[in-house]
Amino acid sequence: MLEVKGISKHFGGVRALNDVSLHLDAGEVLALAGDNGAGKSTLIKVISGVHAPDTGVLTYMGQPLNANSPLQARNLGIETIYQDLALADNLNVGANIFLGREPMKPFFGLTKVIDRQKMLQESREVLHSLDIEIPESSLEQPVRNLSGGQRQAIAISRAIYWNAQLLIMDEPTAALGVPEQRKVLELIDKLRSQKIGIIFISHNLNDIFAASDRILVLRQGRVVGESKIGQTSREEVVSQMVSG
Amino acid sequence: MKLDAIRSIWPWLFLLSMSIFFEVWARLAYDASFLFNLFNIQSILTFATAPLLLGIGVTFVIIAGGIDLSIGFTMGFAAVVFATITASLGGQDPLVALSIGIIATMLLVMIPGMINGWLIAGLHIPPFIGTLGMYGVARGMGFIVADGVTVPVNNPILFQLGTAKVFGLIPVPVLIAAIVVLIAHFVLSKTKFGQYTYAIGGNREAALRAGINVKRHTLLLYMIAAGFAGLAGLIYTGRFSAGAAQAGEPLLLDSIAAVFIGGASFFGGSGKIFGTVIGALVIAVIQFGLVFVDVEPFWQFLAVGIVIIVAVLVDQSRTRLSSGEK
Repeated sequence: MLEVKGISKHFGGVRALNDVSLHLDAGEVLALAGDNGAGKSTLIKVISGVHAPDTGVLTYMGQPLNANSPLQARNLGIETIYQDLALADNLNVGANIFLGREPMKPFFGLTKVIDRQKMLQESREVLHSLDIEIPESSLEQPVRNLSGGQRQAIAISRAIYWNAQLLIMDEPTAALGVPEQRKVLELIDKLRSQKIGIIFISHNLNDIFAASDRILVLRQGRVVGESKIGQTSREEVVSQMVSG
Repeated sequence: MKLDAIRSIWPWLFLLSMSIFFEVWARLAYDASFLFNLFNIQSILTFATAPLLLGIGVTFVIIAGGIDLSIGFTMGFAAVVFATITASLGGQDPLVALSIGIIATMLLVMIPGMINGWLIAGLHIPPFIGTLGMYGVARGMGFIVADGVTVPVNNPILFQLGTAKVFGLIPVPVLIAAIVVLIAHFVLSKTKFGQYTYAIGGNREAALRAGINVKRHTLLLYMIAAGFAGLAGLIYTGRFSAGAAQAGEPLLLDSIAAVFIGGASFFGGSGKIFGTVIGALVIAVIQFGLVFVDVEPFWQFLAVGIVIIVAVLVDQSRTRLSSGEK
């Protein structure tokens, strides 16, 4: 579904990406590994349209992707989930899932008001379809009362509700406790079974080996290793990360 | 969850305990009733309208994580502008003079609001500093327009509106405030505009990512605050048949206190119009109550100041509890 060919990106004299290529199929989980400054973040920002590459071509679902258009990327179903920036803590689950795109209903024929009942109902359904467990009593509470993993799950279900086909996740498990990390990994599994393509960045090799199908190792802006999980080992990945 | 419930109940408890306090005091000291007295109730409600109107405007701003310190003097500016314009049209039909005065004042009062919004949303000046600057500007403008004196206005319709009681019972300013309260509550709780106000206060970054035009929204919020200050200025001039630049000076503290007593968070993201209504009533009960039991008026400032500190302490302990700190 996604084809990235020969992407390079400079910031001043710094070469952040150097001839990077990758591909991703629907229902596949690709992990991006690499040390700080290896170019992981720049690469996902190029894919999500935040940065335009200097050279190279992006193709998504057979169509060329306009570089430098986050809006186009989002409209085509490419969604990025960031660690902490996703949710308004003081709003409830439905309000967050629908933030900026609230359903409206008529108000005595005079004007329109937010349809909170519909937001609640639809949120319940999308959470259910992804096997995300959030107690009924918490659905109408501010999401600050929920755990880190549940909040992450809400951010993901928002993307899915709005028809994301390709999810990019930046360190989805970094701020979570172990049981919560496991929940997020289960969710990634569930998304894979629904044919969503996933690219995720992680520092945690355990997560990478638990959740992904393939791993791409970056070092100093270059791809220094690409292997299927099962055909590689932690030791090999670590040695690629540090010495290329 | 329980904490949120406590938070919405405690302003009511505060209002109740204040009322009982003055009721007991009045009965013991003067053998009179504080609460079961129509005149007192009318006076308290009328007293509450000015801090309430200012408070409603600033409730929007505070929910979105901002503050507006200029509303008191913007109200004074509106009062003198309104009085000056309406008085200068004294030869016209009173209704025409009044209408022109109202429209012109409400348009002019948008200017400080727009400048506040532009400074904060466009130039990223912290709200506290930007509106503190406007505090000075509006104060100066008010005194300049009024030439340093109180501007009398002699308009029979305005006099009627400012002092009449609907059905001989409800003062007109109170009725206007009640209608405005309902509209503001509707906007804040039922519309996208209200929803985005909460979202911006909760997580500005999330609001931006959700495609909300945060800049435009912030500009509108400060214009709303200025608009309510303008309305408060109109009502002031109506009640006293005169505009004064210092009309809103003591009301800045009262109105912001009303918002925090009403349960809004100092950190943004929460607050309710009906909370601010209760907050304004608490302030009015304290102020009118102290007058009623014949305590020197200086004690009002002290009492309101203490109430603000208590309200913010409650907010902090709530925030700390919900984030799990001790």
